[in-house]
Amino acid sequence: MQLKNIKGKVSLATCSLLQMTGTATQAADSDWNVDTAFLYYGESDGRVQAAEPAIHVGHKLNDDDRIDLRLVVDVLTGATPNGAHATSVAQTFTTPSGNGSYTTNAGETPLDSTFHDTRAALGADWTIALDRESKIILGLNVSGEYDYFSLGLSTTYARDFNNRNTTLTAGIAYNNDTINPVGGVPIELDPMVAQGFTLNRRGSSETKTLSDFIIGVTQVIDRKTIMQLNYTYGMTDGYQNDPYKLLSVIDPTTGLPATASAAAAGDLPYVYESRPDSRQRNSLYFNTARTLTEDVIHFSYRYYWDDWGITSHTLDLKYRYELKNSYLQPHLRYYSQDAADFYIHDLKLGSDVDATTGEVISRQYASNDYRLAKSVTTTVGLKYGLPLSKNSEFALRGEYIQQAISNDGVPAGEETPDLGAMVLQLNYSMLW
Amino acid sequence: MKSVYLLVCLALLAGCSSMGVEPWERDLLAKDSMQLVPDYFDSFYDDHIYFSKEASSGGKGVGGGGCGCN
Repeated sequence: MQLKNIKGKVSLATCSLLQMTGTATQAADSDWNVDTAFLYYGESDGRVQAAEPAIHVGHKLNDDDRIDLRLVVDVLTGATPNGAHATSVAQTFTTPSGNGSYTTNAGETPLDSTFHDTRAALGADWTIALDRESKIILGLNVSGEYDYFSLGLSTTYARDFNNRNTTLTAGIAYNNDTINPVGGVPIELDPMVAQGFTLNRRGSSETKTLSDFIIGVTQVIDRKTIMQLNYTYGMTDGYQNDPYKLLSVIDPTTGLPATASAAAAGDLPYVYESRPDSRQRNSLYFNTARTLTEDVIHFSYRYYWDDWGITSHTLDLKYRYELKNSYLQPHLRYYSQDAADFYIHDLKLGSDVDATTGEVISRQYASNDYRLAKSVTTTVGLKYGLPLSKNSEFALRGEYIQQAISNDGVPAGEETPDLGAMVLQLNYSMLW
Repeated sequence: MKSVYLLVCLALLAGCSSMGVEPWERDLLAKDSMQLVPDYFDSFYDDHIYFSKEASSGGKGVGGGGCGCN
């Protein structure tokens, strides 16, 4: 019986490729397990604040089959950069709906303070054992927010070999997302207009599809070590702009925002960003866990590259330090990325933008979204876990995230500011 | 180059067959703390946060939910 339980646990371990398993309370001898969590995420300088309660319920149908359900609610508020950069003069923008405006002081990065949303996401996974060595997991994800709806399906097949020391996994997922931007879909590279003027919009909604494929191998190395290697390939097709992001149009002589000489009445010196409608993503992901006497070390590395010109490296290290009846787990994460090919600080009147008509002439795609910039993100965190009984555990996690955006070549006073964020998380898990 | 890559993959797979443990040696591997994703919501939240702040995502698996946050 004991062996059977251990086998069940290891089988779950090897299938954690799917991120659907591996919960702390997923013991093989319990029919139900429930994980609840609450996350607070707060950015400095009055930027985004988020509260995210979540619950995961897993139910074992029989020795090998199970159902997992997850419900997450995100409540977001605060301000987020609108893509225009700071200048030496005050700048006025129209809100996305066109019904209001806001002004950013000279020397400050423009933030859109109308940013608020509530999102609910439901995920369901059904694990079906095909035989003793193989299983299939069917997944469904649905999420909705004020301006966005996403529907996703996935299938993953996993097969054990080599006395269950090796697991090969192959999976496929498909998502269909719909965005309904506030105020309509902006016309790419067209100017924002002042409040009261007709918005440059071209419809009310857009869609995109995501197709993802994964192959992976998980290997038990020895009694203390397990490793995993995945390759994923994904294609995104359709609308990939952030409809609320702008770029500044600058007069190269004065260095200040400026419109073309024959610009229409109401045009502002900002244009809506434009991104390619296709993207091919790749990643190699390595993950390992190793027991060191009592403690456990977790390490992962991901190399990511796509055809937008972005490459990135992600290193993640957790060390679980066992105390007498609890544990401490420091966490370090390091992430660095290169900028997208079309990332640009601003557009210059004359060379990028026709100085008479205001038409963007130098490029088809442009964005000053800081998330597409060259950047480095570092995270330092600490978790404290306290088993309350044999079947329940409480945990508290705090993390600090620092994101440094490269400002190479950016004139003084126009820099994209770094981002600091605090994460506080409570977990409570139980099984019966 | 492709044949070299293929050879490396085959060598790795062949190597896998000599690694591993017997069923009665899985005591440590069976611990919750040794799961490759040991903390369900820690991993879930991290993926969600970094998806909304960085240009890269994915790698661990397929089938996450969509989000208008990026």
